[in-house]
Amino acid sequence: MKIAVCIKRVPDSETRVKIASNGKSLDEAGVKFVLNPYDEFAVEEGLRRGEVTVVCLGPAAAQETIRTALAMGADRGVLLQTDAAPADGFVTAQALAAELQPGGWDLILFGKMAIDDYNQQVGPMVAELLGLPCVTAVAHLEIDGQKGVAEREIEGGIEVVEFPLPAVITADKGLNEPRYPALKGIMAAKKKPLEVKPVQLGAGTIEVVALTPPPERKEGKIVGEGPGAVPELVRLLREEAKVL
Amino acid sequence: MSATRLILAVCEQRDGVLRKISHEVVTGARRIGETVEAVVCATGPVQGADQLGRFGADKVVTLSNAAFAKYNPEGYAQAIAERVRAGGYAAVVFAASATGKDLAPRVAAKLGVGLAADCTDIAAEGSTIVATRPVYAGKALLKVKVATKPAVLSLRPNVFTPVERPKTGAAETVAVTVVAGRVVVREIKAAETGALDVAEAQIVVSGGRGLKEPANFKVIEELARAFGGQAAVGASRAVVDAGWRAHADQVGQTGKTVSPTLYVAVGISGAIQHLAGMRTSKVIVAINKDKDAPIFKVADYGVVGDLFEIVPRLTEEIKKLHG
Repeated sequence: MKIAVCIKRVPDSETRVKIASNGKSLDEAGVKFVLNPYDEFAVEEGLRRGEVTVVCLGPAAAQETIRTALAMGADRGVLLQTDAAPADGFVTAQALAAELQPGGWDLILFGKMAIDDYNQQVGPMVAELLGLPCVTAVAHLEIDGQKGVAEREIEGGIEVVEFPLPAVITADKGLNEPRYPALKGIMAAKKKPLEVKPVQLGAGTIEVVALTPPPERKEGKIVGEGPGAVPELVRLLREEAKVL
Repeated sequence: MSATRLILAVCEQRDGVLRKISHEVVTGARRIGETVEAVVCATGPVQGADQLGRFGADKVVTLSNAAFAKYNPEGYAQAIAERVRAGGYAAVVFAASATGKDLAPRVAAKLGVGLAADCTDIAAEGSTIVATRPVYAGKALLKVKVATKPAVLSLRPNVFTPVERPKTGAAETVAVTVVAGRVVVREIKAAETGALDVAEAQIVVSGGRGLKEPANFKVIEELARAFGGQAAVGASRAVVDAGWRAHADQVGQTGKTVSPTLYVAVGISGAIQHLAGMRTSKVIVAINKDKDAPIFKVADYGVVGDLFEIVPRLTEEIKKLHG
């Protein structure tokens, strides 16, 4: 199977967020960047099913992220190079769709979302732009020839979804156990083809006004120690917080 | 400035019954527009749709098609996009629910417009829609302008508390024709833990590694049950990764983001990934044996000590209130 996996370079989940002096973006000084955790499930799924090309939209430094996927076992990488990954999901989808358009892919995989911008939209938008069927947030996947069955979590249940290939799938946690790159893989990754293509992004649909710290939660209190504190806790929840 | 803004509120049904989250969608839509049209895809009349007028819908439109019994991603997207194209809407508002997260990007891409997803606040500034959304796992808020018309938005569940603004809404059913979908929902398997989802529950009781072993989750389940059907059980990443609980229950950066009225964290230390998933809860209670655990920094009320003594006592007290 010929598979494309779209990946993103994101700040590690432990990152302390410092806002840049423009008031609109993350101050990247000292930030460690990683392959988006949901994309690891997508890469793993691709590796189990066929020949994998990873495609990443981002700055020059995202070559490192692509190398991580190559070290996991992907065959080749494409960097659609921009100054920075845009906050704009639709514009990102347009650039990826343009790259993937002529591809003849059996499967295009994404993580269900990136843990930096929480946009959760690029996969299904690419599917729409390419006219391909799409199932999002997939936690279980079976493919038999040109037919697939996917399971996705919904409120209070699991949707069982049938779809034909070629298709776009976005991966949720639980789809598989992503492998760690082994030393051999890391060495091999250095020699795998990585093509860098500068891209011009389309007109923006989303304009960033400001990035701000979240409101501080007001100082809480320790009600007490042990089960003896429970009646006072319940009283506070009823009378002060008014949630019971 | 535009005279009146018309907003399309995309509501949801399951098994022919309106999902309550639709009240939040209509409430959110009212915040940014003078006129709200609620729309729901279904096979026929939707039970509860007539209630949407109470929350500010001027009109409730059922887009009906025989293929709309279950979620039909391609059919719903086509029907809604066609409605929007025919309309003059300033914005299209979805819930950031399992369905909304899947459907909103499809509709936005069909229309070639931007989507601000999982918003916790929305406002109209003149003819522009501005949205605020948590990013970096809730460690920052991103305020954006949607530069395209219409703006497509999805709203984080449990944030837009339904406000009653009664309207005498007209109801209308429109039969729609859509192409046969390639993506077909064959069945819905019910979750083992009941119908209440952590992302939509008013009260969430979550357990972590402090529970020591999976069987001990019964103290969490009993506390949740004491709230009389309003509470769902959540879990930290550590216990989900250990296989004690299903991923559906996981709260945090690689799980669900929740904003309940009351969040009770039991035996959860409060790793940054967990805080990401629950810090927008209205009231947070933490029960932990380690008084220095980071969870106490975000908790409104903390009780330090042995959860196996504290939680059963709390269950007893809650039962008294609901008894």
